[in-house]
Amino acid sequence: MSAASPVIERGTAASRIAGVGVLAIIVLLAVAPQFLSAGAVDRMTALFIYVILAAMWNALAGFGGLVSVGQQVFFGLGAYFAIRLANAGLNPFVSLFVSAVVVVAVSWPISLFMLRLKNGEFAIGMWVIAALTHLLVNLDRLIQGETGTSLISLNVYDASARRLTIYWLALASMTALLATLFGLLRGSTGAAIRAIRDNEDAAASVGVRVTGTKRLLFVLAAFGIGVAGALWLATSITFQPKTYFSVQWTAYMIFMVLVGGIGTFEGAILGALIFFLIETWFGGTGVWYLIGLGATALVFSLFLPRGLWGTVEERFGWRLLSVGYRVRLPAVGAADPATDTIASARTTTHREKA
Amino acid sequence: MMNQIIQGILLGGYYALIACGLSFMFSVMRIINLAHGSLAVLSAFALWLLASRFHISPFLGLAIVLPLMAVIGWALQRFLLQRSARGGALLPILTTFGLAIVIDNVLFEQFGADTRSLAPYIGSLSYASWEWPGSIYVGKLAVIIFVTAVVLLGGLQLFLTRTSLGRSIRATSEDPDTAGLVGVDARRAMATAAAIAMVTVGLAGAFLGMRATFDPYAGATQLLFAFEAAVIGGAGSLWGTLIGGIMLALAQTLGATVHPQGFLIGGHVAFLIVLFIRLYTSGLGLGGLLRLSTGKAS
Repeated sequence: MSAASPVIERGTAASRIAGVGVLAIIVLLAVAPQFLSAGAVDRMTALFIYVILAAMWNALAGFGGLVSVGQQVFFGLGAYFAIRLANAGLNPFVSLFVSAVVVVAVSWPISLFMLRLKNGEFAIGMWVIAALTHLLVNLDRLIQGETGTSLISLNVYDASARRLTIYWLALASMTALLATLFGLLRGSTGAAIRAIRDNEDAAASVGVRVTGTKRLLFVLAAFGIGVAGALWLATSITFQPKTYFSVQWTAYMIFMVLVGGIGTFEGAILGALIFFLIETWFGGTGVWYLIGLGATALVFSLFLPRGLWGTVEERFGWRLLSVGYRVRLPAVGAADPATDTIASARTTTHREKA
Repeated sequence: MMNQIIQGILLGGYYALIACGLSFMFSVMRIINLAHGSLAVLSAFALWLLASRFHISPFLGLAIVLPLMAVIGWALQRFLLQRSARGGALLPILTTFGLAIVIDNVLFEQFGADTRSLAPYIGSLSYASWEWPGSIYVGKLAVIIFVTAVVLLGGLQLFLTRTSLGRSIRATSEDPDTAGLVGVDARRAMATAAAIAMVTVGLAGAFLGMRATFDPYAGATQLLFAFEAAVIGGAGSLWGTLIGGIMLALAQTLGATVHPQGFLIGGHVAFLIVLFIRLYTSGLGLGGLLRLSTGKAS
């Protein structure tokens, strides 16, 4: 056993192929509007926004161990600040992203405060923040309470040019945010993040900066969800506080991440895709659709807490977008009774124990 | 002014009522039940259904609904929370959130978007009031709610300190493993605690329906009220919850006098201020905000 030392890998053959595949998909998506109808372009834009939401909520909950049911606060603020900035004369497209920067500036002080709470207290504390922010935004004269307002300055652009620009902006935002998250998780911060996810106290005891790392994830998630909110505003033009600050957004995020696979990079994307398809097929059934979403989330949290991707990954050892390390033990004699344990140990060791 | 303070204090009784179940469950099971508010609304709808269709007065209806809520609480613990708590501290949040979505939307599917109230079914009680010295009028219902809250909190306190079942619940909340070693059936203790918590939720739902209106999506607001009152009241005793409820109600009353839309803002801001003070002065923070020290409570 000691003759050959284990090999540490950062990916598999499959993950290297997947890397190329991802590039191809992004290029394909970039030229896709040439072949899609206007309605399909809008739907794809929505899908990109869902992927952003799922990935950001997953970064927070799956990797940072921070389950928030108040993430709609950043979604709403992203849209609200975009309205405010555009109203102040900034180009509407530019204001979408400046808005997200303002959201970051707001999320920082919130993080100082909220990250001291744990688990359920954090979850529902964020909900209070969201409810309060919603009420405060309603007080803004420009918004006219629940009546809302619109991103009027976007109307100067021709409808089809506007649709394409938003599509590409959403695609670029999604790609950039996923790449940032991927880079973050693969780097040394990623090791710290996963250590915190697995055991916060143990991570702290070996010198991981727990609060700093969590804050980074919190602010990143705020930024991403802020971008998503601003993009959603750009596609729908109208801003009604009730719609944007609705807890439903968080429900969607939770659904996507739980079904896809909490704490796995690929899982959030898969979850967003599934949510998108379910919405396309069943969205018209109204309330039953929502009951179905809630029930599915409930069932997954009870019986398949690692989600579809997490389960597949565990069962088959698949890695497409590998963020962790993988320890491959050299083959030991087949007669060795320990082989089975080693094989099972392998599946556990390479489970992102960085 | 005096009048508003008294109304605020009485409203605080309602908040204490809805908060005590939340903090009770948290201190025994370390779970914040995000479906808490939705279950209160469910109880209100059940009473409304009994009253409007079968002409059963909401007070009589409680005799049916409260045992039902106890069963729901027991089942909730046995089939949902117990299972999801094994997966760590985060899963129960997701499970109960999923449950809240299901309850809210099933209610919406059954009863539609209309706001309802139990007020038409309780006769003159919904508007009758007593005149107190200084020409202050207090609603009879508000007083009944407040007294119920006090009696319930006191009863719960007695139950936890004086009965063996109560003691086994306290032991479980301190340390379920050690409690198990000395012969306490932790699963039974937790299921009982959940059943008791749901009875208080059912009662809170009934009073919600009597003193105000509700709709299928009213659960979220009630959950936030319960959470805020519990945190403001802090980790003292069950009586802390009463104080927390009163402080929340007073902050809301104050908010409403400052600005027409200030009622809810006042409550949220008070909650954040108290949270801020507690996190930065006591260093207690983490994990202990809602914890009731049922053991040494006076």
